[in-house]
Amino acid sequence: METLFFLIVTLVAVVSSIMVITCKNPINSALSLILTFFCLATYYVMLDAPFLAAVQVMVYAGAIMVLIVFTIMLLNIRVDATKKHAHMIFFGCIIGFATLINTAFIVFKSRVATPTGPYDVSTIKSIGHTELIGREMFTTFLLPFEITSILLLVAIVGAVIIAKKKI
Amino acid sequence: MENLNGYLIVSAILFSIGTIGVLTRKNAIVMFMCIELMLNAVNLTFVALSRHMGNLDGQVFVFFVMTVAAAEAAVGLALMIAFYNNKETIDVSEVNSMKW
Repeated sequence: METLFFLIVTLVAVVSSIMVITCKNPINSALSLILTFFCLATYYVMLDAPFLAAVQVMVYAGAIMVLIVFTIMLLNIRVDATKKHAHMIFFGCIIGFATLINTAFIVFKSRVATPTGPYDVSTIKSIGHTELIGREMFTTFLLPFEITSILLLVAIVGAVIIAKKKI
Repeated sequence: MENLNGYLIVSAILFSIGTIGVLTRKNAIVMFMCIELMLNAVNLTFVALSRHMGNLDGQVFVFFVMTVAAAEAAVGLALMIAFYNNKETIDVSEVNSMKW
């Protein structure tokens, strides 16, 4: 039953991500990308990471995609009128399939190490995923967390300055 | 966990589709969305392996990837608006001022 569900979600994710790169209208690509993000959130739920699924829906499908859709509407882009070059698609597909074969080879030929960490499923379910993530983030990863806030500040200031008409 | 390979293969497929999109499309915003797709594929790998290893470090890294993606979205879309103000298009083949 879980395998069947996994296959259905995989089908939806792959089809919607193919629609992202084939749709003529950028707004259709954006809506397909939102569907892909929801499929990824479903995967996170299946992997016992419910907090990550909520963050995925809020940050990616909510914030970032609203930003992208808003930009598409602000620039008033209509159906993609740029001409396509056949050789570009040909070489792009060759490189894409080479990437796929390469990664599949790595996945099938390599052995994954045996589980070593302390957080198995029963621990996560008894303590709670959010609490465990918070503990890790504010103790072990405190310095990267603080640096991340500086990164966001720089991004805000940079975005405002770049998008201004006259500096 | 027995289904680990399934998640890794899905992640590889999504990453390859994102690569093809970046290499074949010329609309800057669609290329940008393909980059987001590739970042998400990597996030799926992080979560699957973290769950398999019983170690939460990978899931914390997903947060940092999301933060970097948000910063990238803000700056990248501002760049596109500035580019559109100059050239009235967002076709990346028009960005050829530094081409020899």
